[in-house]
Amino acid sequence: MSEMTGMSDFTRMTATEIASLVAGGETSAVEVTQAHLDRIAAVDDRVHAFLHVDTEGALAAARAVDERRAAGEVLGPLAGVPVAVKDVLATRGVPTTVGSKILEGWRPPYDATIVQRLREAGTVMLGKTNMDEFAMGSSTEYSAYGPTHNPWDLSRIPGGSGGGSAAALAAYEAPLAIGSDTGGSIRQPGAVTGTVGAKPTYGGTSRYGLVAFSSSLDTPGPCARNVLDAALLHQVIGGHDPMDSTSIPQPVPDVVAAARLGATGDLTGVRLGIVSEFVGEGAEPGVMAAFRESVDALTKMGADVVEVSCPTFAYALPAYYLIAPSECSSNLARFDGVRFGLRVGDDGNRSLEEVMSLTREAGFGPEVKRRIMIGTYALSSGYYDAYYGQAQKVRTLITRDFNAAFERVDALISPTTPSVAFPMGARTADPYQMYLADLYTIPTNLYGGPGISVPCGLSEGLPVGLQVMAPTMADDRMYRVAAALESAVGTFTPPAL
Amino acid sequence: MTTTLPAYDEVVARFEPVIGLETHVELGTNTKMFCGCPTDFGGEPNTRVCPVCLGLPGSLPVANKAAIEAIIRIGLALNCSIAEWCRFARKNYFYPDMPKNFQISQYDEPICVDGYLDVEVGGETVRIEIERVHLEEDTGKTLHVGGATGRIHGATESLVDYNRAGIPLVEIVTKPITGTGALAPEVAKAYVAELRDVIRTLGVSDVRMEEGSLRCDVNTSLNLPGAEWGTRTETKNVNSLRSVERAVRSEMLRQASVLDVGGRITQETRHFHEDTGDTTPGRSKETATDYRYFPEPDLVPIAPDPAWVAELKAALPELPRVHRRRLQEQWGLSDLDMQSVLNAGAVELIEATVAAGTTPAAARKWWLGELSRRANESGVELAEIGATPAQVAELQGLVDAGKLNDKMARTVLEGVVDGEGSPTEIMTSRGLEVVSDTGALTAAVDEAIAANPAIADKIRSGKVAAVGALVGAVMKTTRGQADAKTLRELILQRLGVQG
Ligand SMILES: [Zn+2]
Repeated sequence: MSEMTGMSDFTRMTATEIASLVAGGETSAVEVTQAHLDRIAAVDDRVHAFLHVDTEGALAAARAVDERRAAGEVLGPLAGVPVAVKDVLATRGVPTTVGSKILEGWRPPYDATIVQRLREAGTVMLGKTNMDEFAMGSSTEYSAYGPTHNPWDLSRIPGGSGGGSAAALAAYEAPLAIGSDTGGSIRQPGAVTGTVGAKPTYGGTSRYGLVAFSSSLDTPGPCARNVLDAALLHQVIGGHDPMDSTSIPQPVPDVVAAARLGATGDLTGVRLGIVSEFVGEGAEPGVMAAFRESVDALTKMGADVVEVSCPTFAYALPAYYLIAPSECSSNLARFDGVRFGLRVGDDGNRSLEEVMSLTREAGFGPEVKRRIMIGTYALSSGYYDAYYGQAQKVRTLITRDFNAAFERVDALISPTTPSVAFPMGARTADPYQMYLADLYTIPTNLYGGPGISVPCGLSEGLPVGLQVMAPTMADDRMYRVAAALESAVGTFTPPAL
Repeated sequence: MTTTLPAYDEVVARFEPVIGLETHVELGTNTKMFCGCPTDFGGEPNTRVCPVCLGLPGSLPVANKAAIEAIIRIGLALNCSIAEWCRFARKNYFYPDMPKNFQISQYDEPICVDGYLDVEVGGETVRIEIERVHLEEDTGKTLHVGGATGRIHGATESLVDYNRAGIPLVEIVTKPITGTGALAPEVAKAYVAELRDVIRTLGVSDVRMEEGSLRCDVNTSLNLPGAEWGTRTETKNVNSLRSVERAVRSEMLRQASVLDVGGRITQETRHFHEDTGDTTPGRSKETATDYRYFPEPDLVPIAPDPAWVAELKAALPELPRVHRRRLQEQWGLSDLDMQSVLNAGAVELIEATVAAGTTPAAARKWWLGELSRRANESGVELAEIGATPAQVAELQGLVDAGKLNDKMARTVLEGVVDGEGSPTEIMTSRGLEVVSDTGALTAAVDEAIAANPAIADKIRSGKVAAVGALVGAVMKTTRGQADAKTLRELILQRLGVQG
């Protein structure tokens, strides 16, 4: 019996393995789904990766997959595989809060394009994962519903804003998850939980139904425990969407083939550039050690590694903290209690303006308010040019640095984040320290290209991530490099919960 | 405040007005500006909505290509340059009828710039310079229930209908219009009328002021000759052509009365009142709202292909000014006559009446005569008088067929204006038809001859002019339904006299 349990522990399997078992009729999607629901029931009170578990919806979706298979339909490559979805994506009839009190109880009347694609692909949505409120944060401590704990050490943060999705993977509650990356919210949680997180090219994945934080930066993307699974998920959710004007009308590069190619461990002729600015004093020694070892591994596989200076990356953080709050101050204006979500003070005596104001006062947390105020200020007449306008110029310069770098190398690499998972509460009182967690991931968002974080080692028993950044619409390149590194260093398993 | 307003002539003798117009036109596209919802007018509240036009979290706009084509055609018709690259911008402010609490509009990169529109006022051509034409989305409509003011403050309930939210709206802004002096109100009206005609000709909007598909804000200021421009006010709620003229005039008079006593004009929004013809202050703009414009990050820039723009330009229809010149020639009118047709707003009405088979002269007679008089009396636009070109043509047809004489036709027309039905129906229901039954008429004539033997003798003896008295007598007994000419001949015939 114990042997049987080991063999059928679906929660430890890769998405590829699960899909193959389901497709071959060796197990059912319902069994797989139930195993994950059981795992969630067993550990999530300690991890708190989920804000909402859609037990009935998941089982119904799983049954539908099993029926389709029984009817002889050819299933897609991820059919029957459970997926955890960051609570930033609208899910029809399923609560969507964005980690905020202001959307408590809101059940969207529509599905985000990505969610729709997940359903069509036969994946099984387990539920919605925790996140920093409106994706603003790097530790998931700013969730209005309580923090998520890092499965590697429950006293530490799982990264953010997508800490829930990353923790769900690391805690074996789901084999796949969806995140969204505005300044590193997929990659940084991936790095500190020892999982893979990919930010696709901006416009390569649809934002329709993604509750906006910063429209010009937000990029939904795949999270997984290995590179190939991430690529398979990327392939399913990516591609042009006519509902999103900023979506690129081109097919997704073949990221799955690239991941398979990378897994062969051959990087002959691939030119990689280490971003000089990101391997200086800012990173923890343990992080740098793991990174250096990985660079050696990449070199051994045939990659031609050089250092590339991108001087304007130093201005990425300040530019980001003007652009993102500016856009958020406008995007979040719609949360006023009039049409959906929380409404406070509507007692029949107060004016509409007072109700809107009280609703926003009660519904938004302090970090969200801070950014709305920064953004409102930055867009004000008389300040626009000095702040928002200037930040956009920096963005152009950063893009130039990327373009220049990609003339010399195929992809850039750096540590994903300067430190390993920090203890909960360590940075909540100091926003600037919190912002530094995204120091290495933000330039990619400002440029719009793809970036992936892949586990590259441990530092004091905690995972370290390596980031690969590629030119826009060359997502396949980063998958190849990431898969190669994975083939060299392996995957990392957290201690048992 | 009860101030005696100065006389208009005095005001324009002492002050120079500067006016400017901002006109909003709802486009008649099938779907909204940024989503696929229908734009038809009059649906039940909140039945023409989707996640996008409700601004639900996560929804995104996609620009309607038909709307972009329509605005480019408007820009071309207004002689504007079309931007090769421009962006939408967000205009941020909180208001419940705006689903996202920002409006997608255009700011410093409008799609059409630097155009002009020539209008005719008093026989002169006035060139109105167009600063910009841009595209934006309309807001919903809020109904504040309860409370004394109907405004947000004091209302017990506010209801919002988002059917209109997201309907494409074109804003056309003139440059300041100077040097029009006493004609300023007329120029304003002529501009809006011409703009409406141009847009209607393009077929991109039904431009109905009363339904709000064409809305106009009028800026007015006064300055002493040679001095800097005065502080301007913006008058809203100007819902008819006539109101445009009245609003400018009333605001000129009001501002003069303030300036005359050493007062200062407040920069503010004012509301025009159709009933009283004057304006009252709205929200003060002294503390200007900061709309925090920035480029809309959810939409890609608009970059119309120059070849496509050239195609649209080549395919523009004949514009009203050219069209009018052609009609003037066809109708054989002098400039002065054409001007009176224009002033009466009768061009299209006459054109349609002629198209329905009436001669230009007859069509012009009805529209500029009887119908214009009625329109003036009841203070409505000629087009809204209640008679259609088809009805006028039908009426003239009855006259031409000899079934109605001129006087009867006027009576029938009154019935048409009062909504009693078609001319033929009214003729029948009111029993108004030329008596052509010779038997009945002959009897009436013989009766009149018998009743007036002295007059009959006079006529017989050669004083034919006396026939008028007998004609009058018969007319009386037949209640005017006989044709005077026929009647005269019949009387002479019965008396054996040559006419
Ligand atoms: Zn809609």
